[in-house]
Amino acid sequence: MTGGYGPIGAGLAAIGAGIGIGQIGGKAVEAIARQPEAISKIQTNMIIAAALVEGVALFAVVVALL
Amino acid sequence: MKSNFFNISLICAFILIIGAFPTKSFSQENKSETAEKKFDPKETIMEHIADKHEWHLIGKAYIPLPVILYTDKGFEMFSSDKLQPAGTVYKGTYYNYLLLNNKIKVVDAAGNLDKVANKRVIDFSITQNVACMWMTGLLLIIVFLSISSTYKKRVGKAPKGLQSFLEPLILFIRDDVALPNIGVKYERYMPLLLTIFFFILINNLFGMIPFFPGGYNLTGNIAVTLTLAVIILLVVNLNAKKNYWKHIFVPNPWWLFPIMIPVEIVSIFSKPIALMIRLFANITAGHIIVLSLISLIFIFNSIWASFVSVPFTVFIDTIELLVAFLQAYIFTMLSSLFIGMAIEEHHDHEEVI
Repeated sequence: MTGGYGPIGAGLAAIGAGIGIGQIGGKAVEAIARQPEAISKIQTNMIIAAALVEGVALFAVVVALL
Repeated sequence: MKSNFFNISLICAFILIIGAFPTKSFSQENKSETAEKKFDPKETIMEHIADKHEWHLIGKAYIPLPVILYTDKGFEMFSSDKLQPAGTVYKGTYYNYLLLNNKIKVVDAAGNLDKVANKRVIDFSITQNVACMWMTGLLLIIVFLSISSTYKKRVGKAPKGLQSFLEPLILFIRDDVALPNIGVKYERYMPLLLTIFFFILINNLFGMIPFFPGGYNLTGNIAVTLTLAVIILLVVNLNAKKNYWKHIFVPNPWWLFPIMIPVEIVSIFSKPIALMIRLFANITAGHIIVLSLISLIFIFNSIWASFVSVPFTVFIDTIELLVAFLQAYIFTMLSSLFIGMAIEEHHDHEEVI
């Protein structure tokens, strides 16, 4: 193997994104369970937040692998 | 009945067209390649997700595409077939050219790179991505022109055919994306949002097809996503109202000036950059995962590895189907959110006081 520490950085980014998206998804499911009628609003906000977390993680992955 | 016949004839024409293009003999090519070097997954994957000067159809069949170069002595045009097979030096009108890692390089007669001349040559070639973008663009134009004419003809009636297939998506963009995020002035931005949504969606979906109409990586090309992001940047900032600029240049406690203004100016550019990276990284990552799983078969060099890699590939492809839609949705959603933030006009109580 010739590569540097890039893959380790990518793995750390994946851990961070996993924690973040897990939190968002878990809380969203809790919220939906509490208020099933607000499902569409919760879903939209969940997807936006997940996209933002994922965006940061992908930044990290791109930087780590380049 | 009529449409069935049309479909069948289209498929036949398609197969005939594929058959008509030059195909190199498979066995010969493969043998020489395996003898030369061991399978290198990284190189293969990078080659697959990169842009090319030929339009690859299926297997080794390809359509050569035109190469257009702007040199300091004038324009130069020739078919990319002249640069094949790899390592062929083509003698053009002004310089000699060689295809190196899918990039056209200027070389001297002996085949050495000419670094000074390389800097003066700008490549305007119709590459695979450009050709595929034109194809999907043409497809979108045909589909949407036919839909809009149906809408004009059938005012007040139930949708029919292609119209009923796309109406839910259009209404979804209007009711769930544009209206809640932009507000009452959403109609002005609908053409932009619909174009961006369908452009990204169709290219994501075509990129997942491994052979002819697809097999390219347009939305996973950073130049394409950069262009989309620049469009959003311009639309957001050119339409921005007073409130948006006030938010940037007039922070509330005045002593926050030195911190807030740089931060806000960075945030103007960081939003489109995040859009750009998100789409690029998601689609490229999807392609890389699928290709790595397929590469497992060649890494282990055994057919039994396919029992693991093929089901996984199908699984990832299904997720990618979701991602293709989700990324188009998120790009549109975030663009409309930024537009909505820029054009909203606040009537704060503080202003009255």
